[in-house]
Amino acid sequence: MPKIRLEKLTKSYGTFKVLHGINLEIEENEFTVLVGPSGCGKSTTLRMIAGLETVTSGEIYFDNNPISHLEPKDRNLAMVFQDYALYPHMDVARNISFALRLQKLPKAEIENKVKQVAETVGLTNFLSRKPGALSGGQRQRVAMARALAKDSEVFLFDEPLSNLDAKLRGQMRAELAVMRQSVKKNMIYVTHDQIEAMTLADRIVVMNDGHIQQQGTPEMLFKKPANKFVAGFLGSPPMNFMDARIVEENDVLFAEGKEFKIAIPKKKAKSLKKYKGRVIIGIRPSDLIYDPKATSDRALDLRIVVSEYVGAQSVLMCACGDSDITVELKSETPIALGETLRFAVRSEGIHLFDSKTELAL
Amino acid sequence: MAPAIIIIILALLYPLGYMVYGSFRAWDPSQNISESEFVGLKNYITLFYDPAFRESLVVTLTFAVCVVFSELVIGVGLALMLDRNIRGMSVLRTLFILPMMIAPVVVGLMWRYMYHPTVGTFNKTLKSFGLDGIDWLGQNALLSVIIADVWQWTPFIFILSLAALQSLPRSAIEAAKIDGATSWQQIIHIKLPLMMPVLIVTALLRLIDAFKVLEVILVMTEGGPGLSTEILALRISRTATEFRELGVAAAMSNYLLIILLILTVSMYAITRIQENRAARLARQIQEEY
Repeated sequence: MPKIRLEKLTKSYGTFKVLHGINLEIEENEFTVLVGPSGCGKSTTLRMIAGLETVTSGEIYFDNNPISHLEPKDRNLAMVFQDYALYPHMDVARNISFALRLQKLPKAEIENKVKQVAETVGLTNFLSRKPGALSGGQRQRVAMARALAKDSEVFLFDEPLSNLDAKLRGQMRAELAVMRQSVKKNMIYVTHDQIEAMTLADRIVVMNDGHIQQQGTPEMLFKKPANKFVAGFLGSPPMNFMDARIVEENDVLFAEGKEFKIAIPKKKAKSLKKYKGRVIIGIRPSDLIYDPKATSDRALDLRIVVSEYVGAQSVLMCACGDSDITVELKSETPIALGETLRFAVRSEGIHLFDSKTELAL
Repeated sequence: MAPAIIIIILALLYPLGYMVYGSFRAWDPSQNISESEFVGLKNYITLFYDPAFRESLVVTLTFAVCVVFSELVIGVGLALMLDRNIRGMSVLRTLFILPMMIAPVVVGLMWRYMYHPTVGTFNKTLKSFGLDGIDWLGQNALLSVIIADVWQWTPFIFILSLAALQSLPRSAIEAAKIDGATSWQQIIHIKLPLMMPVLIVTALLRLIDAFKVLEVILVMTEGGPGLSTEILALRISRTATEFRELGVAAAMSNYLLIILLILTVSMYAITRIQENRAARLARQIQEEY
């Protein structure tokens, strides 16, 4: 039995439809990440689960019980907000214990809980400080501690790391990954950052334009994206796309475009036999390997336009026909701008999409 | 720089000095002030033991505390109720603000006629229900002028508290909802404490105003019956014009000025404390990182 179920969930503001009938099942103790560009409806979905937004139509179930008519306080959940949403007039201890005090728990119990949670997130020395006297990272911890103190069944995270600077974000992401090993809860996490999604999730739900594009394990979504949007959204640097045509020569299928003609591996070719239309070919930068000796039916010839030095690797922006192609290269490889290099394409790295529907072929 | 400062000081302090100077004299409006007799602190001491002045002080204090308290409760209450996006809310909000835009003299006249014992709106309404009329501007005069002032000035507190409410961090209130707070608990534990700085300053502003109130009461009751609504400003003006005791009136004004100064200084002190606290926190954070 799924812990949380969204059934044909829609949300409209006036005539503007934000969510178009979302169906989603979240299993017990799963860490689910809703990811997508801004405006895709992920935060709205989360806020509807929290009860902070009304449901236009459809239903939300916790343990098979419909809950969309309940107030947030009756849903037994905890939430971490993007701007932390701390109570500015209460010190850290009172922030953490607010929910417990509302429940009128015994004082000793509250104190114990606050102490224990503060220790988990490393705030023991700051309990008497007000949020105004804390750094961004510490405020983030208070928000986390407040959610943990509640002992809720469902944890909601609304872009909790996006207000932190890059270094702190990486550190908090790692801490979150550690925490979720020890805290077995139902967690739903919203982010626009695909790295957070990939590193934290048991299940990723990719959303765009109010629709779920695809859901599954990070590995599954990375290896078998259902459409061009998912393929382009997950992975960094993002996947390269080129327009191509499927042609057959001597029983071998090729994806042919301007300045390239790549053999399609046999496994993929079977399902493509009948498909002779225009396609989009997608190849991740990590599947393009610098190899001057590769044969032309397994390689792209790329003209270097820009080289970005990022340390051990350089990211090269190249041109191939009309397409811009990004590749990665060891920094010590001697290159010159304007030079054309040959990159071998790993055969399992070839993704094909219908040029009209953009669905994976 | 220097000439400007001298002009400002003269413009500000000359009238004030004139009043203080006059308060030490037995000064009659027919005399030139320099001809009047110097009496030292006599005016102040006489006032101190003057039952009419004391009565006036008590009336003013009662009036000020009652109106500010009622206006706070009603104004903040209304703001809490209307802090949502409902259709037509902007029209409703504008309506609420109207009383504040009417000249005090007009407000006084309006209420005086509504309170009229026989043809006034209130007693006519009461009578149509078969009830006895109320002697609004007689034995209930103080209550009646308080009601009129509350009617006129509650919108001021309403607007400021609504603005304060709407600038509260939305997500903190959402977090409280998630934490299990009922609407009432959100108000008590989150909204009111966060609005407090604005409310304190608003209340002090209103208190200062209430101590100086004149027109509405002058038009409605002229301080009567007896001394029951004779607030300080009215007493001062009567002392100067009817009793022709300018020196005593000046001394009275100085007593009022001292009260207002205390209120004003405490208001600045409170805002200052808040600012300092914010600055200290900012420094503390900077030092740590």
